[in-house]
Amino acid sequence: MPLWTIARLTLREVARRRLVVTVFILTAVVLGATAWFFWKAPSFACSNCSTAELYAGVSVLLILVMYMFSFVIALGAVFLAAPIISGDVESGVAQAMLPRPIRRSDFVLGKWLGLAGMLVLYTVVACGLELAIVQLTTGYAPPHAARTVAYLCGEAVVVLTAGLLGSTRMAAMTVGITVAALYGLTWILGILGAVGSALGKPAMTHIGTVSSLILPSDALWRGAIYNLEPAAILAMLTSGPKGAAAANSVFAVAAPPTSAFIVWVALWLAAMLALCVYSFERREL
Amino acid sequence: MAVALEREAEAATLEVAASAAVHTVDLGKRYGAITALAGLSMTVPRGEVFGFLGPNGAGKTTAVKLLVGLARPTSGEAWVLGAPIGDRETRRRIGYLPELFRYQDWLTAREALALHAELAGLPRAVRMDEVVSALATVGLAARGDDRVGTFSKGMQQRLGLGASLLGKPELVLLDEPTSALDPVGRHDVREIIRALKARGTTVFLNSHLLSEVEQVCDRVAIVNEGHVVAMGTMDDVLGAASSVRLRVTGLDAPAIAGLRHYGDLATEAGWLTIRGIDAEAVPDLVDAIVRLGGRVYAVEPRHQTLEDRFLQLLERPADAPVDHRPTDPA
Repeated sequence: MPLWTIARLTLREVARRRLVVTVFILTAVVLGATAWFFWKAPSFACSNCSTAELYAGVSVLLILVMYMFSFVIALGAVFLAAPIISGDVESGVAQAMLPRPIRRSDFVLGKWLGLAGMLVLYTVVACGLELAIVQLTTGYAPPHAARTVAYLCGEAVVVLTAGLLGSTRMAAMTVGITVAALYGLTWILGILGAVGSALGKPAMTHIGTVSSLILPSDALWRGAIYNLEPAAILAMLTSGPKGAAAANSVFAVAAPPTSAFIVWVALWLAAMLALCVYSFERREL
Repeated sequence: MAVALEREAEAATLEVAASAAVHTVDLGKRYGAITALAGLSMTVPRGEVFGFLGPNGAGKTTAVKLLVGLARPTSGEAWVLGAPIGDRETRRRIGYLPELFRYQDWLTAREALALHAELAGLPRAVRMDEVVSALATVGLAARGDDRVGTFSKGMQQRLGLGASLLGKPELVLLDEPTSALDPVGRHDVREIIRALKARGTTVFLNSHLLSEVEQVCDRVAIVNEGHVVAMGTMDDVLGAASSVRLRVTGLDAPAIAGLRHYGDLATEAGWLTIRGIDAEAVPDLVDAIVRLGGRVYAVEPRHQTLEDRFLQLLERPADAPVDHRPTDPA
């Protein structure tokens, strides 16, 4: 199957580049640093805290650490996706491969599959280790660790797919800058939407909703946050003063993504992949 | 009546399309306002080495890209090995060396060929044998485990040629296969092309190196500005009439005049040129000169070269400088 041949080739390509070793070392450094930090956290902040107070503090810190992972994974997806097709077209690799009896869709989807596999593997291993470290050092476990990781994987795949679409037509640099900017923009608009819903301002809420429909990366990250929040934080967000929820909109989420939104993400991915294939099939090489 | 004739013509086209290796009818390609190829009509018979010649920008590469499905025609039709262009299954039987290409520079030569053998749909059992034989054919057997990134341009071209031979395709399209090669490499490529022809493979050779085409091709098409300006066997295109040039001493004027019936005579500083002589008559001519008491030091049959003809077809004086002349580094 040419699809699997291309997917395996893409995995091998990423694995043979220095990128993987670099990311592996950086991730190990981050995991080590956070392990030390969470181990020492009680003595830094509150040596006389109750377990509940400690967990409340750790849960907030964990969301911040996971935000860093979310950012790294999303940017990693941009960097991996941006040159994945345009690079092969510019170098002439695609011109040598595509006259073989393979479909353009095999080429595009195989590359997507290889990169998505790589990103999901990294997300599961790195975030899984981080959550395990927190539990081992502090005893705290977020309410839905597996769902958190699943949302982060979804975020990575969404950004990857947006980058892939750009890569079927534009130069790597253009794609990288465009998708990174869109990712940042939807992050800001997502916060705006969250503030809007906390304060009951429908216009602001709509902006957030529309941006999450166009590029669902931030909304998926918000799904990850929701699943990291212990009951105490959720109670504060949902029944506390409006201002508190609004002020915490950057790293706190009051409600999980709806199932309609999850269906939307699945449709969005399918439609974007179809568009990637359509766009590359029409490209003259 | 007109409809019947049209149908007949269409049936004839399909018949040719089915039997030829490549058949195109008014094949055209426009990129926006630029016409890269305007109405290319040609037939490449199976089993022949076909030279596709033209100056830079004549549309040669565009034509090949259309044949292998890298680009889509904006007008006309074409068939490759009996199937309409773009047919995926047919591409199993085609080998292609692009003009500008790279292989993944992080793969070894062996891995790059193994990848192409896999993409070509070769059965797993024969892939490694095909790779080994391709490496040997293009002279890279000793470099099989080196990374493509360490290869010179010429070695990459050899590798590309090797990839185009994988799976013993029925049709091999080579787009400027020797552009980066030294004279030894060029000689090797000619030998590979001859071996392909010997086993019945059709070779479509895109080149601006006329001397090369002249040495290996059975048939040529000369394209200029997207049109075929001449097509046929080498003899058709070059013209069968040839001339012969001899260095002769010991003949006086009446003796020379006696040779008039062999062709148009011209003498110049010890050289005698006879134009329009049939090649079969040359031994008789030499015999006649010797019987008239002449001493023959040299006999040079002079065929009109492809380059002369090429320049003539492109309507340039033969001695004007042109940028598409062969640029042998030697």
